[in-house]
Amino acid sequence: MLKPGEFYQRDREWHPPALTRDYKTSVSRSPQYSLISLQNSVSEITGPVFGHNDIDPLDNDLIHNYAKSGESAIGERIIVHGRVLDENGRPVPNTLVEAWQANAGGRYRHWKDTYLAPIDPNFGGCGRTLTDENGYYYFRTVKPGAYPWRNWVNNWRPSHVHLSIFGSGFAQRLITQCYFEGDPLIAKCPIVNTIPDKAAQGQLIAALDMNATIPLDTIAYKFDIVLRGRRSTLFENRLEGN
Amino acid sequence: MTAGQTPSQTVGPFFALGLTAEQYGYPFTSIAGPDLTGPETVGDRIQVFGQVLDGAGTPVSDALIEIWQADATGNFAGKGANAGFSGFGRAGTGVHDDNCFVFQTVKPGIIAEGHAPHINVIVFMRGTLNHLFTRIYFPEDAAAHAADPVLTAVPRDRRATLIATADSDRAYRFDIHMQGAHETVFFDL
Ligand SMILES: [Fe+2]
Repeated sequence: MLKPGEFYQRDREWHPPALTRDYKTSVSRSPQYSLISLQNSVSEITGPVFGHNDIDPLDNDLIHNYAKSGESAIGERIIVHGRVLDENGRPVPNTLVEAWQANAGGRYRHWKDTYLAPIDPNFGGCGRTLTDENGYYYFRTVKPGAYPWRNWVNNWRPSHVHLSIFGSGFAQRLITQCYFEGDPLIAKCPIVNTIPDKAAQGQLIAALDMNATIPLDTIAYKFDIVLRGRRSTLFENRLEGN
Repeated sequence: MTAGQTPSQTVGPFFALGLTAEQYGYPFTSIAGPDLTGPETVGDRIQVFGQVLDGAGTPVSDALIEIWQADATGNFAGKGANAGFSGFGRAGTGVHDDNCFVFQTVKPGIIAEGHAPHINVIVFMRGTLNHLFTRIYFPEDAAAHAADPVLTAVPRDRRATLIATADSDRAYRFDIHMQGAHETVFFDL
């Protein structure tokens, strides 16, 4: 039987550190002891598997999945699409991608969000999809608005979509945020700036994708997601997965 | 081709819309919730609950806890677990007055010789940029703990942070301390 291999280590120099004083909430919510490093066991190289039964056909269409029949969400119509890959460039097929976001005015349909911008009666702000056999996924939605948050006196979150990705094992789990090319608020965001390397920050900025744009209808942005790679495992005297 | 890992970002304060909608009463479906059991689930039913406490000792009202565990026979879903058990659960801490997460599940079996029964846990919250991995072990398995390869990798004086306490019949309490003298052990795995 093919043994699933362990994952490459999480790149602690590329991901943000736990404690970042300019993102104030991290101060009391970051561990102070060092993490204890473990080899992956079957507990972590396995993970939940979801199927098409878990997904409704409209789940990846945020313009319509909460709208009244015949109506649609207000805002700039966009497609966010790309592939889920591992570090070796291999697609991660049939994995669950979940999304949630503010509406075009920057307001979430969440009871804790009291921002001045109005709720859009036709926008719920969440969706999900499964990657196909090539790791490809897409969402149709409206571009989320920027919104203010309490950190410094005057902080604004750049336009962003929250994304949750499972991968093929619990150790590959990732929650991140997708930003949009050209947004001047990205460089000023203390949460983006928790990521030390500018090139790493760049991986969170979806690029305008004119080729996937639907003329007279919807603008497209491309956002590829890279999960930890799997180590090669010796199997029948050859390296598996290279 | 080798590309860098997509950097992690915080789950933020509004995850419930997308991830725990049913638990929070939003009009959306959820792919998983706090109850892992169904009518066909085989095993010893237990409740596992607890709070997440920040550095000031204040319960965190916007944490998201995910658990992944073997079934009662020690098998993971997709690898021989009984069909009535997905092994995956999700709970936010913003619903109960005391900001507890509360899971209904079954006591996991032994996944391999020498391993003590445990539940894998991921902790996400606003203010946390990378999710944190920890494990829940059970107080009645003390003999197995002495051999468990993960527990024995933890300094002896911190192991107790990974062991739930028996609260009442078939209920276990597992508090997660982000900082302080009882800071929970978190893993890089
Ligand atoms: Fe947000």
